[in-house]
Amino acid sequence: MFEALLFYVFGFVILASALCVITARNPVYAALYLVLAFFTSSAIWLLLHAEFLAITLVLVYVGAVMVLFLFVVMMLDINLERLREGFWQYLPLGATVGFLMAAEMAAMLYGRWSGLATPPRALPPGYSNTKELGRLLYTDYVYAFELAAVVLLVAIIAAIALTLRRRKDSRSQDPSQQVKARRADRVRLVSMPSENDR
Amino acid sequence: MMLDFIVVLPELVLLFGACALMLVDLYVKSEQRRVSLAMAQAVLLLAAVATLLVLLGSGGELIYAFGKLYVADVMAHLLKLSAYAAVSMVLVYSRQYLIDRDLMTGEFLTLLLFALLGMMVMMSANSFLTVYLGLELLSLCLYAMVALNRDSATATEAAMKYFVLGALASGMLLYGMSMLYGATGSLNINEVAKQVAILSKDSTQHAFLIFGLVFVVCGIAFKLGLAPFHMWIPDVYQGAPTAVTLLIGTAPKLAAFAMAMRLLVNGLLDLAHDWQQMLAILAVLSMAIGNITAIAQSNLKRMLAYSTIAHMGFMLLGLLSGVVGGNWRNAPDAYGAAMFYTIVYVLMSLGSFGVLLFLSHKGFECEKLEDLKGLNRRNPWYAFIVLLLMFSLAGVPPTVGFYAKLAVLSAVVNAGMLWLAVVAVLLSLIGAYYYLRIVKLMYFDEPSDATPLAERPRAVRLLLSANGLALLVLGILPQPLMAICVFAIHKL
Repeated sequence: MFEALLFYVFGFVILASALCVITARNPVYAALYLVLAFFTSSAIWLLLHAEFLAITLVLVYVGAVMVLFLFVVMMLDINLERLREGFWQYLPLGATVGFLMAAEMAAMLYGRWSGLATPPRALPPGYSNTKELGRLLYTDYVYAFELAAVVLLVAIIAAIALTLRRRKDSRSQDPSQQVKARRADRVRLVSMPSENDR
Repeated sequence: MMLDFIVVLPELVLLFGACALMLVDLYVKSEQRRVSLAMAQAVLLLAAVATLLVLLGSGGELIYAFGKLYVADVMAHLLKLSAYAAVSMVLVYSRQYLIDRDLMTGEFLTLLLFALLGMMVMMSANSFLTVYLGLELLSLCLYAMVALNRDSATATEAAMKYFVLGALASGMLLYGMSMLYGATGSLNINEVAKQVAILSKDSTQHAFLIFGLVFVVCGIAFKLGLAPFHMWIPDVYQGAPTAVTLLIGTAPKLAAFAMAMRLLVNGLLDLAHDWQQMLAILAVLSMAIGNITAIAQSNLKRMLAYSTIAHMGFMLLGLLSGVVGGNWRNAPDAYGAAMFYTIVYVLMSLGSFGVLLFLSHKGFECEKLEDLKGLNRRNPWYAFIVLLLMFSLAGVPPTVGFYAKLAVLSAVVNAGMLWLAVVAVLLSLIGAYYYLRIVKLMYFDEPSDATPLAERPRAVRLLLSANGLALLVLGILPQPLMAICVFAIHKL
């Protein structure tokens, strides 16, 4: 019973913070609300006994991704007035569409499926979620795991290909060229007859 | 486990080939990148050999690998071989275009090979997880390739649109998959099929399955570019560099077809009655919007984009006429016809975008209808090739486009959906107008630029001629390819 209560509290916090992410006027606030949403989702995962995923979510998303995101948001010079333009203009249509979609999904699922969710089974003592996950990743799902690695590799290549710009006028130094310099490139010894003092 | 690695040999060859190409290219100095190009072609050839080896080794039987995440069957092999051929042709057609525009870089070739890897993963996927990973691998490469020409504002805009809409579609597909997973308790397509057969008899569960199915169909429709999920196609085709458009318009269609077959036919065949209705709406809308809107286009790339939408709609007719009232005696013919149509469409699309690349040169993009005016005066042979391509796209006998349409239509009529066949024929007749308009421009109008065509490398000239003539030869002798397609579906 207590778990059900916790679930509803967390669920409410997630929904509220997710709503705030898209309605917050200040992008920094929006990012912070997103942090809250991630954090609460990890709490829900803990309720499902998925402690490894919960910790990863906090470490990776909250710890690394969102902090990076906040940096970027703060460094960008975002004109808030321009972002806000058209919000009220689009709101009625957007709200109608969103409401209709939610209502349709609810009509489809309500009452038919709500009673079928089963609580997670009690796990034996000494059961390690992390170990099970690791075993599955490297045995049954090794193909998918490697594919995910290839997707990341492509992301790296694409990001570099799209952002690396070799400008002709850039004044950057090329260390390999500097190291390769020989005396003959820098100094020219000219032999000439000595001048006589007059 | 060892056997698993032998079965995925084609994918391994491509993965290692792409990584090796990436490294070797760092040391290639020349602007033309002959070494990198030759290497890319060699990787494609090796992958084809590996695929043939696996095909012969298995004797055409199904093989599962990696805990059934991967399946090697005749359909996958056949589609993969077609994809290698398509990508290889893309390389030949686009070489000069890319060099002229400083786009011939190692990144382009590497991303191209990784995109092909994504397609292969989709073709051999036997789990929702692998379908999705393959799709993301393919899409990520394509987004980046569209944006590769960073100085062009239209290309950047097209890449942005493609990325945002593509992410939305992936989200929909994932949502649908998660619903199906929730209902069936498995990501494996065979297991899902088994569960769906049991669950679909119960009306509560059936409703839940349909709920997931709708989102999966939306995701597939987006990737195939079917109306009303087609909005990205014209903008991306027009905005991307023509060489990238050539890629997007060809091989990924094979992968999208494979994805539809894997998800809908392999996985959700017991819901066929439901998804056939959805596909019928998509097909009619696509053919109507594609064919009618294409008439108003003055940009060739945009016109071909709408033509893609119409053709994919037509292809769907084959997919939706497989099962009639729970009886699937016609299924191999219908799905085989759809597969035949897709392969033939890719060949026609390669030719038509290949012509645009052929006629472009440094500082000039052939993309307006006027650019084809009086082509017959400038070069009668290539005007004839374009004539063949346009006849085939329009479905005029004796080109293969006619036979492909005929096969799909006969499947529809066999399934007892006469009205759908009539609608398809009427909309194709409307579509014939804009293909024949190009023929008229080439043969009966005065050229705006009467200079003879610039000299092209022999490989491109030969390939383009072969591509055009292949449409004629396949049109006269369609049976072998058709038989292979039907055989592949039989072995599914």
